[in-house]
Amino acid sequence: MSPMRDLEDRRSPLSPQMAVRVAMFGGIALAVFAVIFFRLWFLQVLSGDQYLVQARENRTRDVRIQAPRGEIVDRNNRKLVTNRPANVVQIEPQGLPDQTIDDAAEWGRAMGERDARLARMEEQAEREAEEKNRNRKKGQKRVKPKKVSLPTVPLPPVATEELAARYRRLGRLLEMRPETIHRRVIEQLVQLPYSAVTVKADAPNSIVAYIKERQELFPGVDVERQFLRSYPRENLAAQLVGYVGEINPDQLKQRRNKGVKQGTIIGQAGLEYTYDRYLRGKDGAKILRVDANGKFVGEALQQRDPTPGRQVRLSLDLDLQEEGQKALGSIGGGLPGAFVAMNPKNGQVYAMGSYPSFDPSVFAKPISNKTYETLTSEENGAPLINRAIAGAYPSGSVFKPISTLAALDKGVVTPESTIVDSGCMDIGNREACNAKKAEYGPVQLRRALAVSSDIYWYKLGIELFHVDGEPLQKWAKKMGFGRSTGIDLPDEAKGLIPGQKWREEINKTELKCRKTNKGQPCYVVETRPYNVGDNANLAVGQGEVAISPLQMAVSYSGLVTGGRIPRPHLGLEVQDSQGRLVQKISSDPARRVKIDSTWQKAIMDGLHQSTMGEGTSAGVFSGWPQNSLPVYGKTGTAETFVDGVPYDQSWYVAYVPHPTKPIVIASTVERGGFGAEKAAPIVRRMLAEWFDLGEDLAKPDASQAELASAAD
Amino acid sequence: MATTPIVDPTERHEPTPLVPLNLLRIDPILFLAVIGLGICSYTAISETRMASTADRQVLFFGVGLVVAALISQVDYSRLRELKWGIYGFMIAAILAVVVLGGDTRGSRRAIQTPFFELQTSELGKVLLCVFMAAFLVDRVRVLRQRDTTATAMLLALIPTMLVLGGDLGSGMVYVVIALAALFIAGTKWTHFVGLIALGLTAITLTLVVAPKVGVEVLKPYQVDRLTSFLHPSDDPAEAGYQQNQAKIAIGSGGRTGRGDEATQTTLQFLPEEHTDFVFAVVCERWGFVGAGLVLSLYALLCWRALRILTMAKNLFGAIIAGGIVAIILFQVFINVGMNIGIMPITGIPLPLMSYGGSSVLATLLAVGLLQSIHVQARTARKGLF
Repeated sequence: MSPMRDLEDRRSPLSPQMAVRVAMFGGIALAVFAVIFFRLWFLQVLSGDQYLVQARENRTRDVRIQAPRGEIVDRNNRKLVTNRPANVVQIEPQGLPDQTIDDAAEWGRAMGERDARLARMEEQAEREAEEKNRNRKKGQKRVKPKKVSLPTVPLPPVATEELAARYRRLGRLLEMRPETIHRRVIEQLVQLPYSAVTVKADAPNSIVAYIKERQELFPGVDVERQFLRSYPRENLAAQLVGYVGEINPDQLKQRRNKGVKQGTIIGQAGLEYTYDRYLRGKDGAKILRVDANGKFVGEALQQRDPTPGRQVRLSLDLDLQEEGQKALGSIGGGLPGAFVAMNPKNGQVYAMGSYPSFDPSVFAKPISNKTYETLTSEENGAPLINRAIAGAYPSGSVFKPISTLAALDKGVVTPESTIVDSGCMDIGNREACNAKKAEYGPVQLRRALAVSSDIYWYKLGIELFHVDGEPLQKWAKKMGFGRSTGIDLPDEAKGLIPGQKWREEINKTELKCRKTNKGQPCYVVETRPYNVGDNANLAVGQGEVAISPLQMAVSYSGLVTGGRIPRPHLGLEVQDSQGRLVQKISSDPARRVKIDSTWQKAIMDGLHQSTMGEGTSAGVFSGWPQNSLPVYGKTGTAETFVDGVPYDQSWYVAYVPHPTKPIVIASTVERGGFGAEKAAPIVRRMLAEWFDLGEDLAKPDASQAELASAAD
Repeated sequence: MATTPIVDPTERHEPTPLVPLNLLRIDPILFLAVIGLGICSYTAISETRMASTADRQVLFFGVGLVVAALISQVDYSRLRELKWGIYGFMIAAILAVVVLGGDTRGSRRAIQTPFFELQTSELGKVLLCVFMAAFLVDRVRVLRQRDTTATAMLLALIPTMLVLGGDLGSGMVYVVIALAALFIAGTKWTHFVGLIALGLTAITLTLVVAPKVGVEVLKPYQVDRLTSFLHPSDDPAEAGYQQNQAKIAIGSGGRTGRGDEATQTTLQFLPEEHTDFVFAVVCERWGFVGAGLVLSLYALLCWRALRILTMAKNLFGAIIAGGIVAIILFQVFINVGMNIGIMPITGIPLPLMSYGGSSVLATLLAVGLLQSIHVQARTARKGLF
């Protein structure tokens, strides 16, 4: 290229070889830029929108603003359930190692297996005990089933040392043991796998501030301001109000929870459950910008305010409720029991209690397995159970008016027909007697009710057994037994009215079970036909019959109103947070049953006499102003078996007519003895409270206290 | 200007100009490309959360440009005589960091000075380039011998091995410099084939075989980084995280960028956004257009450097220019490649764009050398007419 020879030694000519190499170099450069260019084209021009979406998701986070749940008030607008704000310290599951999530799933599975095994072992033990009892000789004590236990599955170890350090740090701050935090994490991950784990439900503000300032020390720890349920009246109506909790995956799929988002607090039991859609409100949300560490940056981009839940006003009267619970506790003497007080005309429930009770505030925070077990275990009397609706027992003589209706309807007796009560009689192959072997001689319906002659109704039961179409069972059904009352509470027991059909069915079940059990008895039931003795027993409310206190109250309401069986309900109206009416809660109208007025009159007379003179509850109502507030009542003493040992269960139902506040009260005390011993005094105290009669009239007249030692 | 320019004898009779004549003989397009990249760098860094460091980047640029101006006035050919000195200095400087250096994210690569973190491995790139050129020019007649290639590669591998522990990226650059120098010098093709075969074997040994027999050549985090780009979504929390976030940042920029809406690079989703991932910042804020502009500037730079290669008055200059093109092109490719998710994360800066005094100064030093080659070439030509 260059002609200048003198410069050749200094300047390397661009030889052809060099030119090729430079060209290749340029080619490589071109290739590099081309690759980058096309990759950028792909990322930015072709997939730009998709990455833009990812970037937006990256930088914002939806934060739920919890809507305060509606309050629950009684008929006089006194607060039963309210809210209080609290700081809830949570751990986000995303911040936990995968190992922990897997461990929790594994542990949950193992615990499930353990529970199933334990249940099988208990069943086995019961069956063995039953077998032994069957073969026991006379005079030998009944054998109780063996106690079985299985160790619980030990918690998995904390997945990583780093996580253990995190638990320790958090534990020091919250004054909790790191093991407790670990336990909560595992337990709650099993319950709600994708929800934040509540470590502490009620942390002081200073701790919240500390965590927020040093977020980097507490990765994955979140403090949420939540409203917790608060129960100013403590254990009052605890079983009625129920409790709330975060929605679980199964509930999310249910229709009643349509539109509810994950993480929402919903009613899980009791009235909280029934009226959840009013109480719940609607959570708000805000969209916040976050940086890569999850720290919130700046103001909310968007905010939707929460809609507070509606207030629900109940028909409950807290004064009566309190008096009832006090009476049940003190007169019942620590025995389990229940009561229901309601308006027979419109079905409004004035009071409903169950003993033992509990403080529902334990449910305000996530509850531990242990606490839950104490609330449901038999030894503690299972305080969680609302015995007023879920307790189903034989009712004893309280059932007699219903048997009477069947007998009157079929013409087996008239109110005036006389039956001779000789104290004892043979039914089938056994001898049955009146309580305390009393002998009442010839009795008519009114007196038979007042003194509660068993022989009278045994005879009715025997007669009715021979009438076609099971009239006794039919009337029981008509009057509301063996079916739900339709009260606005979940988990109502239907109870049981035994009869031909029921017997056949249950026999079939036993036989079917035996087939799979190699011919061995399954002890579901002894296979035998429904016999006349069964019917005689049913006529006095004994045997396999199972009735809840609420059913009894509803049935008597139907009786005293001449055949209008009301639908009991607690919810009265929905109000806004200021207490203004938004909507009345409608309840189904009463069901009509045709009751002849002469029959009703006769039965009412008998019930009234029962509280006076020689009546079974005369002693309990001594000194009661019968002229202004006549009491129509019936005692009941039902034989029940607890672990094979017979006990008397105390029952009482009373009705007091009143132009503005008529009331029916049903009460029962398990193992409480005669009806007049426990149940009737509870009812008297409640009636005295309801009609504002004062302390003195809450108890039987002392001078006549002797009379209170009652018959059945 | 205080220093007396080295004046070509052919220019002795010309009147002394107001500005030293050689300063006017620099390549203006190369100069503009560099200034352009500097402005881009400043703008991009000031948009990140490390905005306050943008001013320091300007300072580094200023110092670097002065150094480059001085270098451009010196005849680079003299450096040939100093080659062993240069090599010794380079090794000593790298060793100093290895011995004295502080940790940066688990890797030793810098000495803390009052002014900035001195990363001698950056300077080493330019020094090695000059040394390689001198070494190969000396042996230009025995280039065909295998010894020459082997010795050259070994001399490049010494600093590579020294930095391998903490600064894998620079090590790779050293190897590339040696290869580029051999390539421009005119080494036989068969030698390259042999080198590539050797290299592949070495990579297999370090990445696959060594860990199996329990010898740890690369640290686990380095292996993670090197392989994570192949499966970025495997573990979005760890090594693949940056890569994913970078891709989201770049992709979300779209055609014209998100401007002030940009969130990926401003809200810390992308760590190291002012150094290793500064390209992602450009892409998110200014989109395909902005990225295109930056890439064009690099293309311009490479084109001018290659042109200077062809113009160089001697082989020494040509090899230096070739080495510098290799340094810039390789670093651009690896850095942008890791931003857009086609290359592993190795901690190689984007020349002139990434924040960092050592990198900026070293690159501007290289630019100064290119200008010197250009000035010398033009001076030599000027003398002909």
